[in-house]
Amino acid sequence: MNSFFGRLLAPFRNTTGLARWILVTGLIITGTFVIAAIFAPILAPYGFAQMSVAGVDFPKTSPPGPGHLFGTNNQFYDILSRVIWGAQTAISVVLLSVVLSALIGVPLGLLSGYVGRWTDRILVFIMDALYAFPSLLLAIVFAFLLQHSIGSGVISAALSLTVIYIPQYFRVVRNTTVSAREATYVEAARALGAKNGTIMGRYLFSNVIQSVPVIATLNAADAISTLAALGFLGLGIQPTDASEWGYDLSRALQDASAGIWWTGFFPGMAIVGLVMGLTLVGEGLNETINPTLRKRRFRKVTLPPRTPGREEVGS
Amino acid sequence: MPTKPDDILAIRDLEVHFEQSGSSLSRLLGRPSGTVKAVDGINITLQRGEVLGLVGESGSGKTTLGRAILGLVPATSGTITYTPPAGEGVDIATLKGATLRSMRQRLQMVFQDPSAALNPSMTLETAIGHPLVIHKVASGEELRQRVIASLERVGLSPAEQFLSKYPSDLSGGQKQRAVMARAIIVGPELVVADEPVSMLDMSVRAKVLQLMLDLKRDLGLTYVYVTHDLATAKFFCDRVAIMYLGKIVEIGPSDEIFADPKHPYTKSLLKAIPDPDPSKAIPRDLPRGEIPDAARPPKGCSFHPRCPMARNDCGWEPRDLKSLVEEHWTTTDLATFEREHELVGHLVELNTSAGEVVVEPHRGKGSPDDVWAMFSAIKDARPDEPLWRGVTSMEKTPAGVKFVFAPSSPVNLRASGASEVACVLYPSAP
Ligand SMILES: Nc1ncnc2c1ncn2[C@@H]1O[C@H](COP(=O)(O)OP(=O)(O)OP(=O)(O)O)[C@@H](O)[C@H]1O
Ligand code: SF4
Ligand SMILES: [Mg+2]
Repeated sequence: MNSFFGRLLAPFRNTTGLARWILVTGLIITGTFVIAAIFAPILAPYGFAQMSVAGVDFPKTSPPGPGHLFGTNNQFYDILSRVIWGAQTAISVVLLSVVLSALIGVPLGLLSGYVGRWTDRILVFIMDALYAFPSLLLAIVFAFLLQHSIGSGVISAALSLTVIYIPQYFRVVRNTTVSAREATYVEAARALGAKNGTIMGRYLFSNVIQSVPVIATLNAADAISTLAALGFLGLGIQPTDASEWGYDLSRALQDASAGIWWTGFFPGMAIVGLVMGLTLVGEGLNETINPTLRKRRFRKVTLPPRTPGREEVGS
Repeated sequence: MPTKPDDILAIRDLEVHFEQSGSSLSRLLGRPSGTVKAVDGINITLQRGEVLGLVGESGSGKTTLGRAILGLVPATSGTITYTPPAGEGVDIATLKGATLRSMRQRLQMVFQDPSAALNPSMTLETAIGHPLVIHKVASGEELRQRVIASLERVGLSPAEQFLSKYPSDLSGGQKQRAVMARAIIVGPELVVADEPVSMLDMSVRAKVLQLMLDLKRDLGLTYVYVTHDLATAKFFCDRVAIMYLGKIVEIGPSDEIFADPKHPYTKSLLKAIPDPDPSKAIPRDLPRGEIPDAARPPKGCSFHPRCPMARNDCGWEPRDLKSLVEEHWTTTDLATFEREHELVGHLVELNTSAGEVVVEPHRGKGSPDDVWAMFSAIKDARPDEPLWRGVTSMEKTPAGVKFVFAPSSPVNLRASGASEVACVLYPSAP
């Protein structure tokens, strides 16, 4: 298991130069949002659906000021609180969907690549069909279907995003498996008497998941914007279930013409910020994982200084 | 066929064929594409405790035979009977699933490239102990102790130091030792070693081979040692089988094979062994010509196109005539080549194994007399070509020139001295 995490983290350790700066910047930005998400109950001054404090109503669409740092919107909500709580929604939805799609996509890819034949053809066909669909359209369809069956909370939003991203893990893992399957160590495992399940789990799995972290981070960035788009279209999470930036952005549309900028600006910046942070992490990792882009780092060899005493002994 | 009690393995008429995937169009039309007969009718009986060498050039089917013994490739036909020390023999060729997997405790394999044979993301402890886990033989502390014992046994000591290492931390020789440790940990009886030292440095080859001999002595192993290197086979094997295009052409005790090689192919392989003393180095004399395409093996004795001793009945066929003309074209001057090529074209009529064939002037250019003149010139230039022994007649007909080839004699393994040889020349006095 040690080796498993070591291999998963290797791309983080191997970055150099520009790639490392991209990676570090991305990690700092993303980290900020993650902290906001985890500590939202402490950091946010109010609840995400709170309209009054101690019996006194919040002012409607009040500009940023001492009482409400980011102002309030026309639903009497405190925007700073909604942005911070929104981070929690975004991170949990994205985390859930990325983990779920990897949990489904990776084993399917492994199975498809290893077993081959009809299993492979059918799975590749289904995944290619899913992949060919515009992802937003697919998410809308699933969000719409799920709205009726399990409502419109964090879970259903995460599920509709999961469907979009499964094919990406599937394709990458399947293709790596197809080439790894021919490796001698796989035949050696067969010669030891290993079952197919053991070969996939113990011999192929740890060798075909190197690119999964990159796909995961890039997908996470994409998932943030898709989630926002769903919210914007009113198919995402309802405002009373959780705070969601895309929904706030759509509410802020009418305000813009009236010169009320703060209702749209802050949620908008939050979306841009998190997408950028995750993209930077993904690109930074990609740079190190993709061998065509990679430059090897050479470490200078420094020889220990000669000790005159030993030289005399030698001569 | 009944097996003697000390026979561990009896291979009978084993064939392993691979379908060559042709173009996607021909697959779509269901047209039969070529079949490679990687193993083409092999009979071997292996005695407990012996070392059998499988020697041959690249593509002769050595690896495929070794893999078939473990059931790693399905046999197309034939039987592979494994007899345990006590009990009934089982035909590995018919085993499947769990029964086949459980056989792998008895039969093990060591691969050519030790760097590729170990999972790069497994520590030696996990990798070497894995066979015991797979066959549910040991776990926990016992597993660890057996891994340590196995490591010590192959000379990787102190073993504790190697337990947490990854394959990439080891040298080639150490990796091959680790592969050996993994192979012997389940206590197998037969180990198929596929060119176990060919990827190793000269300096460690002898040591690894010595280790294999020690293991054989201590653990009572039987080896099938696959190699294209006769020099190590001489040192290592009790018996040697020389393979050519999926068939055994000569098999016998090592001493006999090296002291008195009979098959012309064996003779040329032996001449090709480089002399370790550079001052005495003789020019390497590999059999002339290319190894034929395994999907279309030559008629009769498949070695005949390269055989310096070939007789009239060795299986000569029109394809050989085509090769001769093409060879002649590569050495002749450009003007002659263009004239002759214009006259007979690509000689597609010679792509056959038929007993007789007529070569006509191509697309009506030139006359049968021109064709006759061309072949006469080729024959006169090289009258000693073994091919002409197999051409019983070459005559002018109204259409062109007709060639008749001698029928081929059967070439199966026949006892000759202490060996068995598949060549029409043996046994010399019937
Ligand atoms: N899986 C396969 N599919 C198709 N053809 C194969 C396969 N394995 C081997 N062959 C063919 O079978 C023939 C024998 O191959 P094999 O690997 O057994 O030869 P070899 O004697 O081990 O040669 P080498 O010395 O190069 O290892 C070759 O023509 C090869 O192309
Ligand atoms: S049968 Fe013997 S003599 Fe004839 S071609 Fe084959 S090896 Fe040569
Ligand atoms: Mg081979």
